[in-house]
Amino acid sequence: MIDLITKNLPALQVVIPLMAAPICAIFNRGRLAWTIAFIVAIVSFAISAALLSQTLDGGVISYHLGGWAPPIGIEYRVDVLNAFVLLIVSGIAVVTLPYAVKSVAQEIPQEKQGFFYTALLLCLTGLLGVTITGDAFNVFVFLEISSLSTYALVATGAERNRRALTAAYNYLIMGTVGATFFVIGLGLLYMATGTLNMVDLAHQITLRGDSRMLHMGFAFVLVGIGLKLAMFPLHLWLPNAYTFAPSAVSVFISATSTKVAVYVLLRFMFGIFGFDYAYQQSTLQYVLLPLALLAMFAASLVAVFQTDLKRMLAYSSIAQVGYMLLGTAFMTQTGVMATVIHLFNHAVTKATLFMVAGAFVYSVGSSKISDLKGLGRAMPWTSAAFVVGGLSLIGIPLTVGFVSKWYLVQAALELGWWPIAAAIVLSSLIAVAYVWRIVETLYLHSPSPDSKAKEAPLAMIIPMWVLAAATVYFGTHAALTSAAASRAASTLISASNIIWQ
Amino acid sequence: MDHHSILRVVSKLLIPPIIVYALYVQWHGDYGPGGGFQAGVIFAVAFILYGLVFGVEAMTDVLPTSFIRVAMSLGVLIYAGTGLYALLAGYNFLDYEAIGHGGHHAQEWGILIVELGVGITVASVMIGIFVAFASRTPKLKDEDW
Repeated sequence: MIDLITKNLPALQVVIPLMAAPICAIFNRGRLAWTIAFIVAIVSFAISAALLSQTLDGGVISYHLGGWAPPIGIEYRVDVLNAFVLLIVSGIAVVTLPYAVKSVAQEIPQEKQGFFYTALLLCLTGLLGVTITGDAFNVFVFLEISSLSTYALVATGAERNRRALTAAYNYLIMGTVGATFFVIGLGLLYMATGTLNMVDLAHQITLRGDSRMLHMGFAFVLVGIGLKLAMFPLHLWLPNAYTFAPSAVSVFISATSTKVAVYVLLRFMFGIFGFDYAYQQSTLQYVLLPLALLAMFAASLVAVFQTDLKRMLAYSSIAQVGYMLLGTAFMTQTGVMATVIHLFNHAVTKATLFMVAGAFVYSVGSSKISDLKGLGRAMPWTSAAFVVGGLSLIGIPLTVGFVSKWYLVQAALELGWWPIAAAIVLSSLIAVAYVWRIVETLYLHSPSPDSKAKEAPLAMIIPMWVLAAATVYFGTHAALTSAAASRAASTLISASNIIWQ
Repeated sequence: MDHHSILRVVSKLLIPPIIVYALYVQWHGDYGPGGGFQAGVIFAVAFILYGLVFGVEAMTDVLPTSFIRVAMSLGVLIYAGTGLYALLAGYNFLDYEAIGHGGHHAQEWGILIVELGVGITVASVMIGIFVAFASRTPKLKDEDW
């Protein structure tokens, strides 16, 4: 039995949440669905931890679905990079679910809770599937599973605010446009190479050389994923979706879905096209780099002027995606490593902050900044967690935010790009502005006299502080995450070097 | 719809052949064009036609919404369960070799079972979407925005 499980770990990673989702839907009871979802999240986390420990030494696990060998069959291919992202996604699911109990009970009507957890499990399935698969078309299928369930999850925020419906609809339209671009790109790649397996794609591209079809495929894939990960001018769906989604959903998707999209970008750019692909080099440097810089500044500036905490965090997410794209656009080992490590660090930080926002929604009934005056006294634990997360967002030493910015600046200096290193530091200063606004409101304003705000329940405080502690722990013990990230970056680089020789 | 006798008689005449045709497409999928998705849609059309002509309530009397919910989940479970059975039998996930006597026999049965799951899910989701739209009372007032 043990042997059977270890042999099939990659399949079980996706199949267990996939099968748990319809079981939740059959019974449609909130409490039972939650229990199933929580157990599944823990099992998924254990599986991804096992996969990471098996691949950390540079090994690659290849699993052939249905016994059909790649490139004809679908292959699940696990190396350090996806195992690391799998661990992030399932880990966030494990901490989000205990948090979700209270906030879902308040925000979602009883009869819809079973379906809510069904959609959450499907979203988890999709995100894990995107990450684990080694087949380009399979990425599209799982991307749609996760996106469709996310649209539904965002729409469940309608009980609290009807605008969740338009937010979800906007997200649906933009997300579908993105998926269409992505699948057209895949079609062009298939025409150019005759294969959909990622490893075989990379091999065929080197064999057949460059062509206009390949350029088109590359551009379509870049724009498609760009929409999914909220690359700067394509980010318009994100602020409303994060703001009006139920708190638990904001926590989960802000920490996972854009991260997984960044992973897909890394995998396609470096795993399939490779570092030396000239067309990609110029695109990344002349298109992606300026857009990343723009995102860092413009989105952070917009965040400063928001009146709603969740919306502010959403804009800050767009700026943080800018940092990840910046690391990618450097096209060096350190740059990719900074991106991978920021995937983890930002997931932990943003999940903490959205949990804080959710706790305010739970206790005060709103996340408007003007309603948060003086809550530092009434809700000391929640407010303190915000300070920890906020410091990490700025990039103060001892927090994870510092670690990612450190590597990012290092990557810029390696290339001798001083102005960009300065820009990274400057944009962090804008983060000081928007984080300080909230801290000031929480601690330095006197509370409104008729405020009856109480501290959030323990079920919300504990997951929040687990993440806040992780922010500090991995900020001071960066060796753990940076070892995994550095190996992930070298895997991508060595894979593409072999290909282009 | 009481006064539309032609419509009612013709749709009553049409519904049984539609269902039979759906089953034909379902079970013929391994030899020719067809399969679970197409069959599921055709099967659902029979019920949607009934619902359009005789009213959604009359249709949900035959097919309660709770049944639709269970059926659409069951289809996914049949599909994934086939894969899980192969996995537990010592093969890779969804390797049909595990079913029956192996070889062609296994491939044929594997695809039939999996397509049955697809058919059940597609049919019940189509009917579910129809019921969701047709029995919806608008709750949204202008001032809610």
